[in-house]
Amino acid sequence: MSSRTLPLLFINLGGEMLYILDQRLRAQNIPADKAKKVMNDIITTMFNKKFLEELFKPQELYSKKALRTVFDRLAHASIMRLNQASMDKLYDLMTMAFKYQVLLCPRAKDILLVSFNHMDAIKDFVKDTPSVLSQVDETYRQLIEMYTPLSSGEFQLIRQTLLIFFQDMHIRVSIFLKDKVQNSNGRFVLPISGPVPHGTHIPGLIRMFSCNGEEVKRLQFRNGGNYTGVLREGSFEMFGERVIKLGTNMYSVSRPVETHMSGTSKNSAQKKSVNTTPNPLAKEELNMLARLMGGMEVQKPGNADSGFRVNLFATDEEEEEALISRPDEFSYDVIKIQATKNQQANAELAKIMGDFTEEAGEPCSSSANSKGDDLLAMMDGL
Amino acid sequence: MASNMYHKEKSIQMKSSASALYNNLSVLRIAPRSLTYFTVVHANMVNMVSASWDGLNYSHRQLQSKEANVATSSSLIMQAAWCVLPSRDILVLTSQKGIQMYESDGSIMVYWHALDTPETQTAQAVFARGIAAVREKYICVGISSGSMLVFDVPIKGSNITLSEVLEEHKESITDLASECSGSLECIADMVSADDSGNLCVWKSGEDFQLLNKIPGFDMSCSSVKLWKGTVVAGYGTGQIRLYEAVTGIVHAEVNAHARWIYSLDIAPFSGLLLSAAEDSLVRVWHLTMTPETNSVEIVHMYNECVTDTQICGAKFCDGDGYAFAVTGYDLSEIIRYTQV
Repeated sequence: MSSRTLPLLFINLGGEMLYILDQRLRAQNIPADKAKKVMNDIITTMFNKKFLEELFKPQELYSKKALRTVFDRLAHASIMRLNQASMDKLYDLMTMAFKYQVLLCPRAKDILLVSFNHMDAIKDFVKDTPSVLSQVDETYRQLIEMYTPLSSGEFQLIRQTLLIFFQDMHIRVSIFLKDKVQNSNGRFVLPISGPVPHGTHIPGLIRMFSCNGEEVKRLQFRNGGNYTGVLREGSFEMFGERVIKLGTNMYSVSRPVETHMSGTSKNSAQKKSVNTTPNPLAKEELNMLARLMGGMEVQKPGNADSGFRVNLFATDEEEEEALISRPDEFSYDVIKIQATKNQQANAELAKIMGDFTEEAGEPCSSSANSKGDDLLAMMDGL
Repeated sequence: MASNMYHKEKSIQMKSSASALYNNLSVLRIAPRSLTYFTVVHANMVNMVSASWDGLNYSHRQLQSKEANVATSSSLIMQAAWCVLPSRDILVLTSQKGIQMYESDGSIMVYWHALDTPETQTAQAVFARGIAAVREKYICVGISSGSMLVFDVPIKGSNITLSEVLEEHKESITDLASECSGSLECIADMVSADDSGNLCVWKSGEDFQLLNKIPGFDMSCSSVKLWKGTVVAGYGTGQIRLYEAVTGIVHAEVNAHARWIYSLDIAPFSGLLLSAAEDSLVRVWHLTMTPETNSVEIVHMYNECVTDTQICGAKFCDGDGYAFAVTGYDLSEIIRYTQV
C-alpha cells in the first residue's frame, strides 16, 4: 500500500526499544557509563546516514521476519547482549506499544506527532554527544520534508498499511493491563469520551439548508459518548509542544515490563496466515536486507570485560522458562546473522546476492521458489 | 431517538479478521436461494461467507489476490464488492496489482485487468479502489492516480472490455457509488469521491459525461452514496454532507462522528442511512425528500456502539434496512443487527 511507511515504523519501534532498554539498564543497575555507551551506540546505528538513505526510499513494508532481523541486529549494535527470550519479549513490547499508538491516534496525521515524541526523547538521550545529535537533527529534517506535505488521505493510507502489519497481534502487556488501556483478551480499549481530534466537531449537530445556502433548521442528537472538547494541534516542527502524549516514555524503573503469553493463542491460525510470505518474494526482501545491513555498522564487542547481558525478565530462571514455554505460533522467524561475524556476513551476503542476480533472468517461477529456499537456508547457517 | 430500534443477532464467524480499509463489507442478498453472501477483505485475501436465512447453514470461501507471473500473490486487496447488473452479479476485487472479477459465488474468475505498475517503486502508491455497477452494463473502478476505468459487461460470459478511462480526479479515488433508488428519472448515474474530498457526478453511456464537480475542503471523502439524486458523503473529519448531485447545492451538514468515517450505506426503499466510523459508533439516520421544495431532511434514528472496535464496514442486508451487518479492524466476526 503506502510506500512511505517504513521510516515511521522503524523510528517508532526503535524509539520504544530505547525506552525499554533504558528502563532495564537502570533496573539492573548497569554502571552509568556502560548504559550510556549502549544507548549512544544503538542510536548512532539507528541514524546512520547510509542506513537512513535506504530506509527513506519509497518501498513496501518489510515482512515481520525481515523487520525483526533488523531489530535483532540493532539491539546488538553495542556491548549489550540479549538472550533469545529477552529479545522476543522486547520485540513483543515494542510492537504492541506502537500498535496501541497507531490505533489511538486521534487523526491519521498524528502518527507524525507520535514519531516526533519518540524523536524528542531520542534527542534527549544523546544530548551530550554532538556527533549523534546532528544525525538525529538531520532525521527530523528528513521526516518533516517527507511527511508534512502529505494529505489526510495519504496519512490514512500509511495508517492502514501499519494496521495490516499489526493485524491479529493481541499480546497482553502488563503495563497496559494495569493502566486499563488493554483488556484481558488483548484488545485495546477505545474510549468514546475525551476530546475529539483537531479539525473534527463534537458529534450531535444537524444543520439543514435551503437552496440559496441559508440555514433553515437545526437538530441535535444524542451522540452516545462523552466528548469534552477539541484537541489543539501539536507542532510539526523540530521543536514544539506535540500535544499528543502517545509515543512518550511510559516506563520508569518502578513499572515492570511483563507480557503474558497464555490466553492469546486462539488467534494463532489467523496470525499464521498473515505471517506467510510467498517464497518468490524472499529474493526482494534479501536484497533490501542486504542493503540495509550494509549501511548498519555494528560494533565488534571490545574486550570480553566490557560486554554484559540484559535480561527483560526479573530473574534468569524466568527468562529460561519463558524461552521454553513460548507457544510455537508466537515464535519469530529470524534470519540469523551473528553480529560478531559482521564483516564476514556482509561479504557472504554480497556474494550470495551477486550469484542470485546473475540468474535472475530465469522466467520459470518454480525455480525462483527453490532459489529463495536455498538462499534462506544459506543465511540461516551464516 | 429509538434506543431499542435494533437488537444484536448471532454473529457470523470468519476465517480471518477484517483489515482497516474503507467500505470493508459487501453484502449480496439472493432471495431465490434464501441466502446472503458477505465479503470482507483481510490483507491479500477476501473472506466470503454464505449464510442461509434460517441461520443453520454457513459456508466459507477465501479468494486470493492475483498478480502476473506469481503463483501466490501478497498484493494487498483494497476493496471487494458485488456489482449487481440485470442479468448477473459480479464480484469485483481491487488490489495493488489489478482488478479481478468473479461470478457471484466467487467460484470462477471471469476477468483480470492488470494495473500499470512502474518498474521502480514510486512515492505515490499504486492500487485500485472504488467499485460500482452503473445502469445496465457498466462496472466502474477507481485508481490511485485519480483515473477511473469503465468496463463494459456483457449479459453473460467473460468478454468484458475496457470501454473508457475517465480522467477527472487528481487525487486517489476513495469510493464510487451509483444511483440506488431504481428510479430511471434521475439524471445522475454515478458519483466518484477522492482523497481531497472532491466529488464528481456522472451520466453513464458509451461516453460517460461529467455533470458536475463538487469541490472538497481538503479532507478525504472515504465513503459516498447516491440516492434519488442526492449525494451522501462521509469524511475523515467525521462529518456527513448531503448535496444535490447535479447542482452541488448543500442540503445538510451533520457532525456525525468523532473519528474518520469508514462506511456509508442506504436502504433504498425506506431512505434509511447507515454510517460507521473509527469511533466505534454505527448510526442510523432517515432521509426524507420533499420534491416540491427541493429539500432533503435528515434525522437521527439510532446509535449502536461496538465496544473497543474501529469499524471498517457497515451495510444494510436488505432494501428496507430491516437488518444491517458490521465489520471491525481485527475482528473475525460479522456482527448483525435486526429491527426489533
